[in-house]
Formats: sequence, structure tokens, C-alpha cells
Amino acid sequence: MQPEIVFQARGLTKVYQTGDVEVRALDGVDLQLYKGEFVVLLGPSGSGKSTLLNILGGLDWATSGTCRFKDHDLTVDDERALTLYRRDHVGFVFQFYNLIPSLTARENVSLCTEIARDPMPPEEALRLVGLGERMNHFPAQLSGGEQQRVAIARAIAKRPEVLLCDEPTGALDSKTGVWVLEALASVNAELGTTTVVITHNAAIREIAHRVIYIADGRIAHIVENERRLAPSEISW
Amino acid sequence: MSTLDRKLLRDLRHLWAQALAILLVIAAGFATLILGVGAYRSLEQTRAAYYERNAFADVFARLERAPKSLGSRILEIPGVVAADLRIMRQVIIDIEGMSEPASGLAVSLPDFSPAHLNQLTLRAGRTPEPGQSSEVVINDSFARAQHLGPGSRFSAIFNGRKHELEVVGVALSPEFIYVLGPGDLMPDDRRFGVLWMSETALEGLFDLEGAFNSVALKLLAGASESAAIAQLDRIIARYGGVGAYGRKDQISYAFLDSELQQLSAMSRIIPPIFLAVSAFLVNMTLSRLIALEREQIGLLKAIGYSRLAVAAHYLKLILVIAILGSLVGAIAGTWLGRGLTALYGEFYHFPFLIFHRDPDIYLLATAVSVGAAVLGGLKTVFAALRLPPAVAMQPPQPPRYAKLWGEGIGLAQVLSQLTIMSLRSMVRAPLRAVTTLIGVASAVSLLVMAMFAIDSVEFMIDVSFFRTSRQHASVILAEEQGPGVLQSVQNLPAVMRSEPYRSVAVRLRNGHRERRTTIVGQPPGQDLSRIVDSEFKVVAPPSEGLLVNARLAEVLKLRRGDIVDVELLEGKRGTKSVVVSDIIESYLGLAAYMDLDALNRLIGEGPRISGMHIAYDRRDEPALYRALKSTPAFASVQLQRISLSKFRDTIRENINFMTTTYVVLSVIIAFGVVYNSARIQLSERARELASLRVLGFTRSEVSRVLLTELAIVILLAQPLGWAMGYAFSWGVIQGFSSDLFTVPFLIETSTYARATLVALLASAASAFVVRLRVDRLDLVSVLKTRD
Ligand SMILES: Nc1ncnc2c1ncn2[C@@H]1O[C@H](COP(=O)(O)OP(=O)(O)O)[C@@H](O)[C@H]1O
Ligand SMILES: [Mg+2]
Repeated sequence: MQPEIVFQARGLTKVYQTGDVEVRALDGVDLQLYKGEFVVLLGPSGSGKSTLLNILGGLDWATSGTCRFKDHDLTVDDERALTLYRRDHVGFVFQFYNLIPSLTARENVSLCTEIARDPMPPEEALRLVGLGERMNHFPAQLSGGEQQRVAIARAIAKRPEVLLCDEPTGALDSKTGVWVLEALASVNAELGTTTVVITHNAAIREIAHRVIYIADGRIAHIVENERRLAPSEISW
Repeated sequence: MSTLDRKLLRDLRHLWAQALAILLVIAAGFATLILGVGAYRSLEQTRAAYYERNAFADVFARLERAPKSLGSRILEIPGVVAADLRIMRQVIIDIEGMSEPASGLAVSLPDFSPAHLNQLTLRAGRTPEPGQSSEVVINDSFARAQHLGPGSRFSAIFNGRKHELEVVGVALSPEFIYVLGPGDLMPDDRRFGVLWMSETALEGLFDLEGAFNSVALKLLAGASESAAIAQLDRIIARYGGVGAYGRKDQISYAFLDSELQQLSAMSRIIPPIFLAVSAFLVNMTLSRLIALEREQIGLLKAIGYSRLAVAAHYLKLILVIAILGSLVGAIAGTWLGRGLTALYGEFYHFPFLIFHRDPDIYLLATAVSVGAAVLGGLKTVFAALRLPPAVAMQPPQPPRYAKLWGEGIGLAQVLSQLTIMSLRSMVRAPLRAVTTLIGVASAVSLLVMAMFAIDSVEFMIDVSFFRTSRQHASVILAEEQGPGVLQSVQNLPAVMRSEPYRSVAVRLRNGHRERRTTIVGQPPGQDLSRIVDSEFKVVAPPSEGLLVNARLAEVLKLRRGDIVDVELLEGKRGTKSVVVSDIIESYLGLAAYMDLDALNRLIGEGPRISGMHIAYDRRDEPALYRALKSTPAFASVQLQRISLSKFRDTIRENINFMTTTYVVLSVIIAFGVVYNSARIQLSERARELASLRVLGFTRSEVSRVLLTELAIVILLAQPLGWAMGYAFSWGVIQGFSSDLFTVPFLIETSTYARATLVALLASAASAFVVRLRVDRLDLVSVLKTRD
């Protein structure tokens, strides 16, 4: 059976213009992602991983090329459509957590669930990431790993079709990192959420269906894992 | 409650100090408009209502003696609806225990019908019984100053005969809101009183049976005042009429009008500037404050909130602050305005007060305050919303610093690395430095504008009392006399020097412009009563021609060398043409001077003087007073010392009530602005400063980076603030002058210094708070959330 394509990118290019310097963050990326798959994006720092993920998540706009999510065109300049796309389909885990400092863990999650179509209760999402006990803490009272887990709870609570995570384990030690990955893997397995995880930690590639290597704004090569490891089987 | 609203409340709680500072700036701008305009309008309305209810007359005239039958002819003048024929004459008052000479104006009250015009409001007691020549109603100010009331007794000299009087009532009159003794510059309530007495009693006392010597007219709305004056003049000319005049030449009206005009200048110009400045500051502050929310705006958008939802969220934050600020401003403004109105009402002796609260100023102030806040805040919200969420959420790109001009030539060796950091940061973010600079400068300018008026008035006092009218007193003769009288004044006890003068009531005319005033003639070389030119150099009256002060020149559009028509309102009358030989500096009234001989020639009745300016030895003052009181030829004495203190009491107080309020409000604005600028500057640079701390710089070193920048900006803001304050003040002073007083424009250095001092105090307090905040910079969170 042919798996359903959720993302379809063609010649995706992103140029940043800062002053008189031009940075080609993405340089003609062609890519397909399938429903329910768990993808790891690997590549050196500055290679364009975040840029690609941001465009997939509707957080940024490509300079040229096309990108579709199912029947949504993500490259058209339609603010409203992009907002609805982000609200209804995408769960995003940001590299810098980006929690609202004046809201508790639970409130940070409900900020998202309040506008979602079929969310799970914030408490349940927080329990899924092992934070059931610390729901009423403010971000400043949580460790980096805990903040990252709140961010993941916020992303999964709306039961998104795609979950995009930018270095979710970047700042975490191995043990906490594994916890976080387990949460992501179980959402992927149980809800069939298409999941893309950026990392520069090569150990993590073992848990993916596919690993996409990025270098200098292009896809260098793609590897399909014959055998996936469970998050608990890896460490760094 | 939605989570977003919960965030709103928490943000407000977190920002409380800054939100409060913004709120107070809004409130101060708002309140200034409400209280300034409110108080002015209330007083204006109260005056109008008072004049209306008590039937204040429109035209007034004095004459020597005319039969009452003339009344029917006067009533036939077109446009006249009522005429009161009265007896009004100067008397000398003698109150036990009072050494200085005092005088009064006896005014008749009709015996068998109430007065049509200038009706009294009785404060205490009753009106005199018809024909009772010992009963008198006195004006309230005189009663207070002399502690007199119903039952009190004093005596007065009527027609050379001393007469015992008993106070039966105390009253207010629209005609005598301010009462000025003969020759007085300022009301002196202790030394001048109005005595209302029965008409038949006064007829007897002054030998005026069946006659009158004063008339007041009420005109139909829209009737021509000048036509009525001309007709009345024609009727009363052969009865010794001294030129009828309208309200603007009625001293009480003119005085109150000039006071209200000063209030009007202060309330028409100052509050709008306050409101505009506060709106600008709020706009700027909110826009900078919300700029700090860029990352959160990006996040809200990233997780699927629409632009509208995000904008609405911040709009609520802005509205809470702006509406609360407006509310506080409206309440404080109304309350202060009421207090101020009551204070002025008391000051002007109004019998009642009408508080005026027009919705228009409240609406205007709300629209401006809330509008400015909303525009300022939403401007930034939308700027952040326009960015792709991915960009908005990123920490701002590391700034690209440039080397400073001057670093190459060795500045770096002189200044520390941290000072260089401050300077570079200003050069890199000039907009931030400039907005802070303009904010602080605006606050300083408001302070200057609120405080300068006293400087101008003090300067006016200095020129008037210490450089020109330097006499200790002026003795006014009951009737003009030949120059021989000078010797008898010189011989009075304590008198060291005396200088004669003659003053003549005239109407000056240049084309269709005309004004009533007096021409003062004095010999050249006077030491007490000096005349100065616009450079304050003493000048002598020329042997021919007229010297006029700048105000008179301005209202009659006269320049040096012009010919002006002089209509004499006393003596043989007639109109003469005189050359304006120079424009002089004098701030009191519409001043016109001539050489005494030249004036005598102009009038053509031989040499005459109407009074003497004298300098005397204060130690023998009582003896002088006794001698003056016992000489009937000396109608009254004007005491310069008292005029000076009354001048301060009246003009200064009038300005003071209002400006004190403005000063307080501008201090609030200054604190609000400086505090917010410092706090925002801190937030904008928090990350950078925390990194410095992590690198091992001490708290005070890190604070210095920020505070050096702030200090430079605040110091640079001062000259700009002074310049703006000068410009605003100039606008205010334009409305200050009236025919009674010209207020020169002067701002003392000390006023600039005081404004700067307030700004520096606000800065010091803000710097202290910033310092505390730097101590609490969260180093870990800065590091842990970033690459
Ligand atoms: N907002 C931006 N403005 C300018 N350049 C950017 C911006 N975001 C990313 N870049 C540049 O684009 C390139 C790719 O960045 P990014 O996608 O963040 O890389 P990665 O996530 O793989 O480390 C880098 O050279 C980076 O400096
Ligand atoms: Mg990245």
C-alpha cells in the first residue's frame, strides 16, 4: 500500500537578507513526508534545518518554490489560511521552548487547547510528558528539561496531525532527553501523528523511520532505518 | 476567563509600576485639561450669571450735578432699557485705631423702590431705612478687612462735615467686585470701602436735593454701546459730565476681566499642551513597552492565534491603562477644578458659584489620551504581527556595532571599556536615545511653562515699583490747585521729597481706535516717578509731545511720530492733536506721559497740579498720616508699599493657584516619563547586561553601562526642554496682558534650574530603581533559554 503523502516540497528556497549580506538558508529542497512517519532531520548547525521546519509549520515563508500540506498551499501569501493551518494541524516544539513566563505550565497548555478543535485536557497532556505534578508552576520555577516538556505537552495537547520539534533535546541531559523522546514516540505511535524532529545528536537517528541529512541548505541524502530502536535503547 | 485574559492580568500585575507611571501621566494630562478649562469656564459663567442676576449696568457716567428730571431724557436714548440716577461721591473715612488715611465711596440706594441696576447681594443685615443718614451698608471686603459688621460704628467726612455712621448691612455688588481707591493701582480693602446709604440721606449730606451726579444704564442686548455713550455724553455735558464709559473702562469689570483673562491664557494654552505632551509620552512609552513583547506576539501567532486575537489582547492591556488613567484624570480634574473654582470664587468675592462640567472637554481628553495610547501600542503590535512568527520569536539579531567617531583618535584610552559600550549603544540605537531625550525634554518644558509666570510678574513688579514709580506715597488733592500747594506738602512732617504731577482724564483716538485713559504730566528730572524707555534707561518727558507705553501704542496702533487726537474729558474740554514722541516701558495700564508745562499749555487753564509723589521717613509715618488726615485739601493718599503688597496678593495669587496645580501635575509627568524610559531601557538591554554579569562584571559596573547612557541622554535633554519650555511660555504670555497690566516675558535662570532639578530628582529615583533591578537580573534564565 502506498503511504499517504502529507508534505510535498518542490525547489524550496529561502534567502535571508541582512543588510548587504545574503544568506541562502535553503537552496532548492525537494521533499516528501508521509503520514504517520517519524522523521529525524540531521545536519550541522546553520545548515537550514530550522528554516525548513519553520516553513513546514507555516511560521515562515519561502522565497521561492512550493510547499503543500495535504491540500493546503503553504507558499501562498494568505495570512488567515496560514493561521488556521497552524491552529488546526500543527504542533510545534520550539528550540527555545517559548513559554509565556506569566502563565503556569497548565495555562501555557490551555492557551493552545482553548483554540483547538479537538484537544485533550491540558492535565492529560502534561501527564503524558510526566509533568502531572508540576502543573501549577511558572516557567521560571521549572528546569530546562521540564520547560521543554511543557512545550511538548502544549504541542501535543491539540492532537495535531503533524508535530514539528526543533532540537527538543538540545539542552537536556541523556536521561531527560530519553523521557522527552519517549513522549514523542508514543504520540507518534498512538495518534499516528507525523513527527519531524531536528537534532544534531546522531544517536537519536536510530529511533526514526527515516533520517534526512541536510547540509548547506540542501538535502544531502536520506536514510531509511531497517530497524528502529526504542528511545529507551539509546543514550548519549 | 480565557487564558489570554489571565495573562493580561498577570502582565498588568507584573508591570504595575510602569503601568501606574503611564496611568499617572495620562491622568495628569487629562486632569490638567479638565481643571484648567473647567475652572475657567465655571468662573466665566459665574461672572456672567452674577452680572445677569444682579443687573450689572452697561454704561456709567459721572457728572457734577443734574436735576432728576433729566432721567426721562436719558431713558429716551435708543437702546437704553433702564437707568439708575445716583449720588456717588468720595468721602474720607475715619476709623478708630487706624492711623493711615482711608477713604470711601458713598453710593445712594433708592429709598422707595429697589435699584434697577447693580443690585446688592446682602451678606448680613439689611439696607438702610429711607432718610436714615446714619445707617450704612458696606462692601464685604471692607467689612472683612476692617472687622466691621452690623452694629459697628465709624465716621466719615461728608462735604467737610464729620458724620457718625452705623453699619446695618454688609453686601456684595457686581459693580464693586474690585474696589480701587483714588489713584490706587491695586485694591486695598482696608483703606477703601463702599458705603451704600439712603438716597434722601445722601442728598442732604451733599446738598444735592432733587439732583444726581452719577448715572448707570442698562442697554438692550445688541444695542450700540458707543452710540449710547455719545448720546449720554451730549445730554450730561452741560451738567459737568466727565465722559461716559462702558464696562471695559469700569474699573471693577476691567480688573476682574484682566484676572480672568490671565486664567484664560493659562487654561487655553497650558492644558492642551499638557494633554498633547502626555499623549505623546504615553504613545511613545506604550509603543516601546509593547516592543518588548515581540517574542510573545510571535509565539501567540505561531500557535494559531489570529492577528485580530493578538491585537485585541494587547488592546485590552492598553485600554485598561488608558481608561483607568482617564478615569483618574477625570475624577482628579473635576475635584481639583471644583476646588480651584471655589478658591477663585472666594478670591473674586462671587456671591455664588456655578460649576461647569461640559462633556466636550471630557470627551476630548478621553479621545486624545486613549487614542494616543491605543495608536502607540497597536502600532508596535502590528509591526510585530507583520513579521513571520519564526522571525518575531527569535531574539533580535546581535547588533552590529560600529566604531565610534573619536575612538580612533585615542578616546578609547581615556574612557573605560564600559563607557565606550554605553556610547556605542546610543549611537547604534539612536531612536531609543532620541525618544527618551524627547520624553524627558517634554517633561522639562512643562515644568518651565508651569513655573515661569511668577518670574514675569516679579519682573513686572521690579520695573513698576523699584525702577519707575519709586515714591513712597502719592497725595491726591481734592481739587486741582496751583503749584503753591507743593510747599505745604513739602512742609508736612517726615516728607523728604515731593514731586508734583497732574493727571487728566482723556480719550485718545487714532482713526477708529480709541481708549479712555489719563495723561500724567510731570516736570523733567523727577527722581521718584521715573519714566523709562524700552531699554529701561530713564528718559525725561519732551517739551512737546506725548510718551505712551507699549500697550497703549499697540491698542491704538501708534508709532513714534504719529499724531494722536486727545479729547479732554475734564475742564474746558475740546480735542487737541499731539505728536507721539516716544514709546516707553510701563506695565501698568495704558500709560501716557507729558511734560507738566506742556500738559498745562494743552489744557490752557494755567499751571495746575492734581497731586504729589512723596518720599518720607518711615519713622515719622504716624505724624504724617495725622497731618494728612487733618488737611481737607488732601483727598486721599496712595501708599506705594501697600500697593506693592496688594499687587503681589492679587496678581501673583491669581496666577499662583493655577500654576501650583500645574507644577504638581508636571512633576508627576516628569517622574512618570523618566521612570518608564529607564525601565524600558533596562528591559531592552536585559540580555546584554546579564551576559556582562555572567562574564564577571560587577553589579555596579553593569548598572553603569545603562546609567551612563541614561545620564547622557537626560543631560542632553535639558537644553531642548528649556527651549521647548521657552516657546510654550511665550505662547502663554501672549494672552496675559490686558489694558490694566502688561506682563513682560521673562524666565529666570532659576526657573530653568528648578525644572532641571525636578527632572534630575526623577532621574535619580529612577536610576535607583534600575540599579535594584540590575541586582536582580536573572542570569540563569538568560543563559538557559538561548543557544
Ligand atoms: N532570521 C534570520 N535572518 C537572517 N539569517 C538567518 C535568519 N534565520 C536563520 N538565518 C541564517 O540561515 C542559515 C540557516 O539557519 P537555520 O535554519 O537556523 O540553521 P540550523 O537550524 O540548521 O542551525 C544560517 O546561516 C542562519 O544564520
Ligand atoms: Mg536550528
